[in-house]
Amino acid sequence: MSITVKDVEHVANLARLALTEAEKEQFTGQLNAILKYADKLNELNTDGIEPTSHVRPMVNVMREDKVAESLSIEKVLLNAPDEEDGQIKVPAVLE
Amino acid sequence: MSLFDLRLSEVHNRLQHKDLSVSELVDASFRRIEGTDDRIGAFLTLNEEAARAEARKLDESGSAERGLLHGLPVGVKDNMVTEGLRTTCASKFLANYNPIYDGTAVAKLREAESVIIGKLNMDEFAMGGSNENSAFKVTRNPWDLTRVPGGSSGGSAAAVAAGQVYYALGSDTGGSIRQPAAYCGVVGLKPTYGLVSRFGLVAFASSLDQIGPITKNVEDAAFALQAIAGHDSRDSTSANVDIPDYASALTGDVKGLRIGVPKEYLGAGIDPEVKSRVMEALKQFEALGAVWEEVSLPHTDYAIATYYLLASSEASSNLARFDGVRYGVRASDPDNLIDLYRRSRSEGFGAEVKRRIMLGTYALSSGYYDAYYKKAQQVRTLIKQDFDQAFEKYDILVGPTAPTTAFPIGEQVGDPLTMYLNDICTIPVSLAGVPAISVPCGFADGMPVGLQIIGKPFDEATVLRAAHAYEGSTEHHKARAEL
Repeated sequence: MSITVKDVEHVANLARLALTEAEKEQFTGQLNAILKYADKLNELNTDGIEPTSHVRPMVNVMREDKVAESLSIEKVLLNAPDEEDGQIKVPAVLE
Repeated sequence: MSLFDLRLSEVHNRLQHKDLSVSELVDASFRRIEGTDDRIGAFLTLNEEAARAEARKLDESGSAERGLLHGLPVGVKDNMVTEGLRTTCASKFLANYNPIYDGTAVAKLREAESVIIGKLNMDEFAMGGSNENSAFKVTRNPWDLTRVPGGSSGGSAAAVAAGQVYYALGSDTGGSIRQPAAYCGVVGLKPTYGLVSRFGLVAFASSLDQIGPITKNVEDAAFALQAIAGHDSRDSTSANVDIPDYASALTGDVKGLRIGVPKEYLGAGIDPEVKSRVMEALKQFEALGAVWEEVSLPHTDYAIATYYLLASSEASSNLARFDGVRYGVRASDPDNLIDLYRRSRSEGFGAEVKRRIMLGTYALSSGYYDAYYKKAQQVRTLIKQDFDQAFEKYDILVGPTAPTTAFPIGEQVGDPLTMYLNDICTIPVSLAGVPAISVPCGFADGMPVGLQIIGKPFDEATVLRAAHAYEGSTEHHKARAEL
């Protein structure tokens, strides 16, 4: 399985990255090398092997649903690039 | 003998007897940084004003019961949020990020009354093994300024090795505490996954990330671990287990301890000098009454591929939060919201971060999920089983921390795969989630070599006991880089 510049453009779009032409070229080569290396996993038969997403045997951790203190608006907006009337401002979502 | 050659407990005694003040200690730390950091480049941000004020406050409060970490200058890797102290993850994206709360490990250091000296350089978002992926500066190895300090906690290891702070916090996802500790000739401990809260640690790969201490000796590591270990309701993956008294495990006795030596860690690719140091360390363990034999961890060869697929997949998801909306870089004059996301991320992230986001997004994308992500999770199960089986027979596993010593700055840039292969001895341990420590075991061509001691889940006590007994029977940890 070999990936092309077109695949890289597709994945960049999914990842919300705008890549330069040079980056596309570079990533196509490097990702192919890494994925080729990763193909060695196919040497192993993993039929019936449970996937490990997490090493500790744990299920959902629940807590009581109760009201607690939250951060102040002032603190939350401290690092916001743009704000208006106590809210974070972004460009139009709908055009 | 400088202040920084003292053990933590010796400094504690001097503070206790008022032979030394916290202000003097903190002053010594900043003077050392001033005299060395133009060459080392360990710090991204200094906390000088607040640290000096904190030191005065601690000196004046004069409480009779001082904890062991009271007054000690500590450095924190720049991926742990510190309230009011810039936290960048060595990324342009967060160049001006001012956290509004402390992460749990940081809060625990403050509770223990250590003094935070500043924030330490790292590979951007902890992705890398050399600190060369920092967006801001090069960190150099105190033992040879032309070589890397390792990574991603390279600033933490270099600062401790250069005597700039007594101890430091690092984080380890695939070896990022242990490998730089090995390269810089200091002690680095990666706890069991879940022992230390990840709350306030900027997430890279959430099923692997762990915070741990970097120190000059094993006893100091036990003290530092004691302070940061424990359950935290703010991290649902943190374990609710009893925390033993780690210092009392340091008995010096390893008679009858059963050691397995993974043969795969001593195979092809290992520097012969590094291998010699490891074999000498095993002889030392023998002399102390421990017994060792070779063991096989048969899936070791698959660990790096597994790790890069899983860690990159998790990273691609975790780093989606950096979108230019709530904090960090925002591109100017975006056409629309999608354009704002794309351009902010592309301006803010460096090459390695983009590469891993791309790899992870690809591995998780429709049509490839089963072939890459799920497959890697299944192989992770096999790797974990290797360790489970080995620990049925052995108390600890011992081998090198890294196959070579620190490499020259610039040597592996542009060749990500070669860079990844440096992590062959640390990554399987991370995938299995078990604890491991790197301790100095001598030198190869003038550069420090690290011995890795791996333990059963939540058995840090045995790991520390073995490391401490070994360390106490050698002089390696007393060597200091000349600066």
